[in-house]
Amino acid sequence: MEMKLFLLQRLTAMIMVPFIFVHIGVIVYAVRGGLSAEEILGRTQGNWLWIAFYTLFVICASIHAPIGIRKVLKEWAGMRAQTLNLVALALGLLFLFLGLRAVIAVGGL
Amino acid sequence: MEKMLAVKIWRGEEDGEYVTYHIPSRENQTVLDVVTEIQRQVDPTLAYRFSCRVGVCGSCAMTVNGKPRWTCRSHVKNVVENGVIQLEPLRNMPRIKDLVVDMTEFFDKWKNAGGEFIGTRTRQDRPALVDPASKARKQADAAIECINCAVCYAACDVVEWDKDYLGPAALNRAWSLVNDERHADPKGVLKKAMADGGCNSCHTQGSCMKHCPVGLSPTGSIAGLKKRSLFELFSGK
Repeated sequence: MEMKLFLLQRLTAMIMVPFIFVHIGVIVYAVRGGLSAEEILGRTQGNWLWIAFYTLFVICASIHAPIGIRKVLKEWAGMRAQTLNLVALALGLLFLFLGLRAVIAVGGL
Repeated sequence: MEKMLAVKIWRGEEDGEYVTYHIPSRENQTVLDVVTEIQRQVDPTLAYRFSCRVGVCGSCAMTVNGKPRWTCRSHVKNVVENGVIQLEPLRNMPRIKDLVVDMTEFFDKWKNAGGEFIGTRTRQDRPALVDPASKARKQADAAIECINCAVCYAACDVVEWDKDYLGPAALNRAWSLVNDERHADPKGVLKKAMADGGCNSCHTQGSCMKHCPVGLSPTGSIAGLKKRSLFELFSGK
């Protein structure tokens, strides 16, 4: 299982690297002289490209982060395997829920 | 007056204390010479390990002023701090007495990583012809000079945190066997090195590489194992 988690974490990292650049690049480009909430929502709501981009981003982050936290908890907190897996799964679901909720709200679904 | 060297040595097991000894400071003196002089001249109850005295056997590693070192080839003048040398047993293994640790787990993990050579030929066969210029031979070569001193094992933080982790020496050995074309089961070695507690637990901190007395890079070997295991998974072998 460790090998599969390792692989999954590397794959999600590979997907997220360009995403992070696009994410930050677009923020810097879009802000220009200042930005209001209406302006942001005006561009994002109903924009399927934006919705697809951030849905995939949220899914990758929800897989990537708990695998890393699981490892840190194993090494630094000495948790047992079963507890670790439950904590990591709970965190993953939490990140997925919070992230998708934000995508739905900002994407105007 | 003769110049003296203060040597603080850990005495006892897990519970114990530092005892300071004073011996003459000499022009040419290794840390192992110092320990031997103390045991022979001052306190014969001091326990430590050594064998070859010339950096081949890997028996005499200890923690010298906080860093793991082979003591037979560590000159006092290179490691002394303000006229003091502090000696402890190696980290990450149970202490038996004074400077001696129980290395059972270290050697067990070496086996668990698939470190035993399995040949395919008998004594009636001709020796294998391995091209010294081949990539696999060069990769095996880079990892093969390990003396099993456990300096890397003591230097590694992941070993400290995760008792299941096989450690740098065992994985370095696995990498040399994965690249050994005479070995009967390189896939089996790779599988063991990829299992829980294997190469994927390494954080690439590089302490093993920094402290290895013979200048090997277990970090590089582990990176090789990670890469090779990814290819194996993708190719579905």
